[in-house]
Amino acid sequence: MSGHAPWSASQAQVVLTALAPHQRLVLPALQVLQETFGYVPDESLDLIADTLNVTRAEVYGVLTYYHDLRRTPPPQTVIALCVAEACQAQGSRELVAAVEDAYGVRMGETNGDVEISEVFCLGDCALGPAAMINGRLRGRCTVDSVRAAVSA
Amino acid sequence: MITIYVPRDSAARSVGADEVAHRIAEWAVAEHVDLELVRNGSRGALWLEPLVEVQTPQGRIGYGPVTVDDVPGLIAADFFNGGDHPLRVGFVDDLPWLASQQRVTFARMGLFDPLDLESYRATGGLRGLTRALELGGDQAVAEVLASGLRGRGGAGFPAGIKWRTVLEASDATKYVVVNADEGDSGTFADRMLMEGDPFTLLEGMVIAGVTVGASEGIVYIRSEYPDAIATMRTAIDIARLDGWLGADVLGSGLAFDVRVAVGAGSYVCGEETAMLESLEGKRGMVRAKPPIPALAGLFGRPTLVHNVLTMAAVPGILAEGAGHYQALGVDRSRGTQVFQLAGNVAHGGIVERGFGLTLRELVEEYGGGTRSGRPVRAVQVGGPLGAYLPETAMDVSLDYESLVEVGGMLGHGGVVVFDDTVDMAAQARFAMAFCAAESCGKCTPCRIGSVRGVEVIDRIVAGVDRQDNLELLEDLCDTMTDGSLCAMGGLTPLPVRSALNHFTEDFHRNAEVSS
Ligand SMILES: Cc1cc2nc3c(=O)[nH]c(=O)nc-3n(C[C@H](O)[C@H](O)[C@H](O)COP(=O)(O)O)c2cc1C
Ligand code: SF4
Ligand code: FES
Repeated sequence: MSGHAPWSASQAQVVLTALAPHQRLVLPALQVLQETFGYVPDESLDLIADTLNVTRAEVYGVLTYYHDLRRTPPPQTVIALCVAEACQAQGSRELVAAVEDAYGVRMGETNGDVEISEVFCLGDCALGPAAMINGRLRGRCTVDSVRAAVSA
Repeated sequence: MITIYVPRDSAARSVGADEVAHRIAEWAVAEHVDLELVRNGSRGALWLEPLVEVQTPQGRIGYGPVTVDDVPGLIAADFFNGGDHPLRVGFVDDLPWLASQQRVTFARMGLFDPLDLESYRATGGLRGLTRALELGGDQAVAEVLASGLRGRGGAGFPAGIKWRTVLEASDATKYVVVNADEGDSGTFADRMLMEGDPFTLLEGMVIAGVTVGASEGIVYIRSEYPDAIATMRTAIDIARLDGWLGADVLGSGLAFDVRVAVGAGSYVCGEETAMLESLEGKRGMVRAKPPIPALAGLFGRPTLVHNVLTMAAVPGILAEGAGHYQALGVDRSRGTQVFQLAGNVAHGGIVERGFGLTLRELVEEYGGGTRSGRPVRAVQVGGPLGAYLPETAMDVSLDYESLVEVGGMLGHGGVVVFDDTVDMAAQARFAMAFCAAESCGKCTPCRIGSVRGVEVIDRIVAGVDRQDNLELLEDLCDTMTDGSLCAMGGLTPLPVRSALNHFTEDFHRNAEVSS
């Protein structure tokens, strides 16, 4: 996804310094860095630990706990397909297979341009199968509508 | 002037509502039509989304589901005067689907722009808060207690008892936290309420804050809900400017402010103590109870934690009086439940009714059966930790206790319908795999047992030492039920066992082989 700044330690320091008092905690700090750079580079761990006065291990523990937080830059296209029960009832298993085939990418993997990931429910369970494509929610998905959304 | 409504709800947007609104606006500009285009919340008739409504002197006429390509035809059919068209559904308020509901928590849903504070006030908004301030802490708590309101997040604990505990806690710092993590598959009522009527949730939080003596409120919203996050943040700003949020709530001298915190993709962070850990910026690990959050919650302070729907029921209870709410429902399930109908169902969406309608009424009458037109085979009630009920169990009354009696649970009110193509062994396997993916890792039965569960189910399905592995699965389920700290590991056996007991044949499809 575009719109992210390239990693820079000095900008990271600025962003961390500007955290509001209630955000001076490990998870919000990681979230702010990810919003800025699209991911949380390993180089930022010491910076966060120093700024918040916690151990590097603590920061690492939080970073690796949450599904949203990523340690590598996101590719151009991120397709998150809902694989939870209500979407399963509406054909998500078939959709996953079709999208994997269409892009030649397996679930949970990337080819550098496209990443396909699984998500457990997007709150669009009556209009499934649902997907979040480059940050936008899409319902009644077919492999064709996924393709159209990717190029939109 | 013509008034047209096109929902801004993210489900409606996910199927093209923005594009439809844009096309209608283009037409109005090109034709010099004096148009008021209202982006309302969704009525909850999701199968009709995008549902375009046109105001006529007789009422609002709906058309749906509308695509961009339908717009020229609608214009040609004179839809802005309610003209006839294949997509015309008639007067929306008169649809039997809607007219037969008891919209209480969702009373305003879809009626106007969710951020239009004037309309909120005109429909009774802030009356509950005004009354709560008049009543004061003890009496306002008594009102919540008398309403019979129970937690809508899953556990069904009486709300008033929690309020009293927090009120009586002597700490100078207390918190009100709303749980908007809504991770259950098949549920979306919290999302719709935050996007479609955010002031009701905020008013409920302010009532809670001034009543129990808290001055800070937090809404913990899952990251998968960007629209809800944005709408809540804007609503908070509007309420502050209007003087019912902030340093001096409605001139009472009491302070209460609210902020939004965003989750980071973790189902177990919907468990209240894991959520509190997450709000403290840590890994979302479940805490052992006691201490209960009402006494030692966020940063160790007394904390009132409620689901969105629980909190959103509060303004109405205070405004109309407890008796009004208590009069709805059955037995120990008072008031209404906002059911969410999803999966393979013809008419998916929101059905709010007093407790006590049957699952069959919900699925067949409101839902119209499956979308595929095939027979219903299984219905999962209460999210991923809820039981799979067979078609023959559908006469169960939908209330907390009746569902427990048939081996299920109400959970957050999500109902997911499957037709006869479903493979229930695959569903049981998924329940274990989901638990393995989302376990916080604190208890071995949950962390390791779920991984073993997947393997054992695979062997059962493959026919490898089937009898031995079926016994092993039973054992594993017992261990998870008894040895888990929270309902993640503790209730995963519910979908697994219900699938196994009611749909045994799906586990026996392959011939038996011995290892
Ligand atoms: C694994 C797990 C996930 C949960 N997820 C949610 C959730 O997403 N939303 C919610 O309100 N409650 C959830 N709960 C229930 C909460 O722990 C808690 O009971 C609830 O937020 C209390 O609010 P209530 O009294 O209004 O129901 C979950 C519980 C467990 C064990
Ligand atoms: S049951 Fe699972 S999710 Fe719950 S506390 Fe134990 S390990 Fe964590
Ligand atoms: S289960 Fe797929 S959006 Fe809810």
